[in-house]
Amino acid sequence: MSASTLLRRLLPAAMAASVLLAAPAVRAEEALPHEHWSFSGIFGGLDLAAAQRGFQVYNEVCSSCHSMNLLHYRDLAGIGLTAQQIKDIAASKTVPGPLDDNGDETTRPGTPADVFKAPYKNSKAAGAAFGGAAPPDQSVLLNAREGGADYIYGILTGYVDPPAGFKVPDGLYYNEYMPGHLIHMPQPLHDDQVTYADGTKATVAQMAHDVTTFLYWTSNPEAVTRKRMGVRVVLFLVLMAGLTYTVKRQIWSDVEH
Amino acid sequence: MAGLHKSDIKNPVLNWIDTRMPVFTMMEKEYGSFPTPKNFNYFWNFGALAMVTLAIMIVTGIFLAMNYTPNTEMAFDSVQRIMRDVNYGWLIRYVHQNGASMFFIVVYVHIFRGLYYGSYKAPRELLWIIGVALLLAMMATAFMGYVLPWGQMSYWGATVITNLFSAIPLVGTDIVQWLWGGFSVSNPTLNRFFSLHYLMPFVIVGLVFLHVVALHITGSNNPLGIDVKSPQDTLPFHPYYTVKDSVGLCVFLAIFAAIVFFAPNMLGDPNNFIPANPLQTPADIVPEWYFLPFYAILRSVPNKLGGVAMMFGSIAVLFVLPWLDTSRVRSARFRPIYRPLVFVLVAAVVVLGMVGAHRPEGIWVVLGRVATTYYFLHFLVILPALGILEKPLPLPESISNPVLPRRGGGGGPLPGGVPAAPMEKP
Repeated sequence: MSASTLLRRLLPAAMAASVLLAAPAVRAEEALPHEHWSFSGIFGGLDLAAAQRGFQVYNEVCSSCHSMNLLHYRDLAGIGLTAQQIKDIAASKTVPGPLDDNGDETTRPGTPADVFKAPYKNSKAAGAAFGGAAPPDQSVLLNAREGGADYIYGILTGYVDPPAGFKVPDGLYYNEYMPGHLIHMPQPLHDDQVTYADGTKATVAQMAHDVTTFLYWTSNPEAVTRKRMGVRVVLFLVLMAGLTYTVKRQIWSDVEH
Repeated sequence: MAGLHKSDIKNPVLNWIDTRMPVFTMMEKEYGSFPTPKNFNYFWNFGALAMVTLAIMIVTGIFLAMNYTPNTEMAFDSVQRIMRDVNYGWLIRYVHQNGASMFFIVVYVHIFRGLYYGSYKAPRELLWIIGVALLLAMMATAFMGYVLPWGQMSYWGATVITNLFSAIPLVGTDIVQWLWGGFSVSNPTLNRFFSLHYLMPFVIVGLVFLHVVALHITGSNNPLGIDVKSPQDTLPFHPYYTVKDSVGLCVFLAIFAAIVFFAPNMLGDPNNFIPANPLQTPADIVPEWYFLPFYAILRSVPNKLGGVAMMFGSIAVLFVLPWLDTSRVRSARFRPIYRPLVFVLVAAVVVLGMVGAHRPEGIWVVLGRVATTYYFLHFLVILPALGILEKPLPLPESISNPVLPRRGGGGGPLPGGVPAAPMEKP
């Protein structure tokens, strides 16, 4: 038996074994919900309407506690907002301005070049407002969680009554998908909490879906460009491999090997 | 004028240079007409692939360094700024980040090739030793590079790994503080890791040069593991192996690109998207996948110093492997007992990798200890003994005249008098 046949025989067994062994030990949490995402898969794009609605949810709900320090208002062009819309959104925020002639702090309306306005001055202040645990910055939150989009969606929709006998301490909330089921964040979304301009009904599930789409974009703003470029690059390399292999066959045709 | 080289190069300018510094003649000798065994399989692509990956890592790394800030307050954000605001910064970063994984995949296959076909045996011992040194240099570089984005796993990984040195008796704590430049992993640590992460690749380039020099003195091993007997056993490196390496390179780059463009964070840990926080330890501190087997060996030993010693020992045995393996036969094809055992070794390393990814509880502890035991048993007991106990199969007369039937070819041994096919094109 040659090395390659041995490999061929061993490989499926080894892979099966590794899948079995690598399967995580029985999870205490529910299996995450499997939403259909516009951005999943290698041809996945981004549902701009959902991302824009998601920004609205972030802007009106999430941003009252969560910062998004890696995003600038100018970045919103990435979800299809026009320059004027971005200017207006930025201008509606009051951000710290330069020190005045007396050395006192001033404020000014925001510009597209400004970082998303944070709800608290700094993470210490945010922590103090929440009994020590500052709400995490949401810029790359989706990438920072095992399960990604499904996890974020699960948390946002996972507020249910605790099972009988499950003791929920004060200041904590029960969530189906939170590891350990206890979460500091009270249920953030309620039906009709925002009014969508496009008439979409603002159910909890809808808002969770939209804001998750938005958070996917904030975590991976390059994703659409990346995947589109990737299809072309991989296609090129596969063709190149075929071509090179043909040349190789040609060059080796007179060698007995 | 005794030292001038008599150059065959036609172009007068190149000839003028070559006469004074025969680099073109050298390139032609080492990469053009260099006699290479004609029976390489695709496992022999992986050295070239490693060299290309090294080049990719250096080029992307230089551009990343132009935009990175090695300061604990700014490092995380500067990496994100590269991803968002630098032109094609995401591409450069993802190529570099996944390039590290690709580099280890390639090098691990390259090492497997060496183990399977006995490429470490005389006269290639020094070549092999330089290779193991390269592996160590790569590991150090990868470890320090992983610290630079200053995420949670960067910080805690650095803390755990540097703390290993505290197991050294008497001077351990002093050594760790000396490595840190302080009393914990902190700004001086990040600064020196950045500096060393930029330096090490050039050490690697130097070692690769020595690796290739040694290779071109001994010549390549081959799947039969027998020496080249006549020019009929070889082909000029160019175009035969330049084109064969190119085929492998295209396939490799296609896989590399698929990961970079479609699943760039597949091999990473989500925790590293959280900025480093010295006050909050992640639930599980797990190294990158390519260190998992070694991490598993470390944790399989109940004693800290013992674990550290075993972990470094697992690499150290590779340095002396040429003398641990007492068999004179190189290729596993002709070693009926050694051949399955190489795959057992691979299985043990894969199991160790999985053990490293799980908490050391229950079955994982047992598996880790069994696999660790086999790893050392393989090198320290089985290999020395096999040389005496194993009866190798008959070796072929020569590369162009193998005694074994070819796979799928069906032909038996060639009669001695039949000349091999002509080597050169007409």
